[in-house]
Amino acid sequence: MSELTELTIAEAARLLRLHSISATELVTAHVERIDHVDHLVKAFLRFTPELYERQADDADEKLKRGEGGPLTGIPLAVKDVLCVKGVETTAGSQILRGFKPPYTSTAVARLFEAGAVMLGVTNCDEFAMGSSTENSGYFPTHNPWDLDRVPGGSSGGSAAAVAAGEAMISLGTDTGGSIRQPAAVCGVVGMKPTYGRVSRYGLIAFASSLDQIGPFARSVEDAALVLEAMAGHDPLDATCSDRPNDVRRDFDKGVKGMRLGVPYEYTQVEGMERGVKDAIDAAIKTLEQAGAEIVDVKLPHTDYGLAAYYIIAPAECSSNLARFDGVKYGLSVQDVDNITEMYMRTRRQGFGTEVRRRIMLGTYALSSGYYDAYYLKAQKVRTLIKRDFDDAFSKCDAIVSATSPVVAFPIGSRTEDPLSMYLCDVLTLGGNLAGLPGISLPCGTSQGLPVGLQVLAPQWREDVALRVARAYEVASGVKAEVAAVG
Amino acid sequence: MPLTRAQVRHVAQLARIGLEPGDEEFYAEQLSGILEHIDRLQEVDTDAIPPTAQVVEVTNPLREDVPRPGLTQEEALANAPAAVNGFFRVPSIQEEA
Repeated sequence: MSELTELTIAEAARLLRLHSISATELVTAHVERIDHVDHLVKAFLRFTPELYERQADDADEKLKRGEGGPLTGIPLAVKDVLCVKGVETTAGSQILRGFKPPYTSTAVARLFEAGAVMLGVTNCDEFAMGSSTENSGYFPTHNPWDLDRVPGGSSGGSAAAVAAGEAMISLGTDTGGSIRQPAAVCGVVGMKPTYGRVSRYGLIAFASSLDQIGPFARSVEDAALVLEAMAGHDPLDATCSDRPNDVRRDFDKGVKGMRLGVPYEYTQVEGMERGVKDAIDAAIKTLEQAGAEIVDVKLPHTDYGLAAYYIIAPAECSSNLARFDGVKYGLSVQDVDNITEMYMRTRRQGFGTEVRRRIMLGTYALSSGYYDAYYLKAQKVRTLIKRDFDDAFSKCDAIVSATSPVVAFPIGSRTEDPLSMYLCDVLTLGGNLAGLPGISLPCGTSQGLPVGLQVLAPQWREDVALRVARAYEVASGVKAEVAAVG
Repeated sequence: MPLTRAQVRHVAQLARIGLEPGDEEFYAEQLSGILEHIDRLQEVDTDAIPPTAQVVEVTNPLREDVPRPGLTQEEALANAPAAVNGFFRVPSIQEEA
């Protein structure tokens, strides 16, 4: 393993600015690392040599002139749901095999403008639906810390790539926990911003009222830098806010005098492993010793979150995925008698089991006679869940909990029972339903596997989530390490 | 409330997802299991609670309505499974009853 593949952005940027290394050398070290480990980890679906060679050259030109910012020359991996012009983008699905977008998503375009170098496209659960990356329409990704286990999901490829030193930073999307949960079980930092903080233009939509794009990195500071570069108003996404981009405000001020809430319900969720609970208790103790006041808070509707989520997200997905009809792009079954048969056979063949299951569930929940009982009811419960968080944040500055109730589980162990898979998201999906920013960062191990600490903050208070996470990182000395692999 | 096979066929038709042998039983069983969990929503009193469709305060932002270039015809058709004379080609629609 080259030292270059273990650097943080801050460390790499310093070496690049001193001309101790070039962007091309940094990128080449990551490409070599990929050659060495990706046949085991399988984090990537495809590579983009034309992009990374040119972008590394451009970065070196800028650095030679003394220009560029912290992300200039930094190797980046992008989840297969974010459109990049001319680069095959498939949402992990066979139905989009061969699709080359005619434009680039805003989040990726902003990182390109900031000088990041795209290595390739990472694997994920099909249309970001899953918690293990086993629902990929291509192949499963393996956890770099134990290759027989899942990397979490749906952004499992992006989390695994950063954990294995194949990329310094990566992008994921989080609809119910799909950044934070894989970050937790792969032992890296992952952040879901406030709904509306990062433009969703060019993101292949899953559930539009919940989806957000966010970074993976190996330090809290790196995650903050990537988020800052992506965030901010975009006229191409009407839900993207024009609030000030202040996510790094007060970053290093510590937690002294802050009130951190521990929701009782989040400590009692079904399936919480003892080792995870112990690691989280120790992390909370560390934050207390660092000067935070720990307070009890309540999120009384926690038990209903999963049920509300599994109406709202499938309902929105059934509507969003109607566009995959075999007409405009992707797979199309052509030996048919009429157009309805083409739709039905294309969608049966092109979508995998989980995606079809969710489209069916969402279609049912929205269908005539069931709308009030399911969709409207779930939206009302969403209001109650949001009010729970509003009440909790009147008593504390941020909420701390486990990210995932379990460590990485063995590949194949939960695929037969969808509900057991959905339960992986029980501590994260509340943040999506309420639109909150949340970060997961490493806080030790259980059974030798990484455990993630989640920090949730009020809407638009990424600065608070990052400040608490940073304070924990400093106080604990726990760092995201690169897994040896193999 | 478990889903019947007739309901599965109806929903599959609405969703335009073809059914292959075994699919009806598969969806009936799996969706019933998930719906059983979801039915706990009915325990919550929501009579006085408004629904939430969107969680942040942004409402109907408008941009200047000025013409700007969009995709060319060539770009729009570049990913089409079947295109002819600048159009998307689809199977017969009129033969449908």
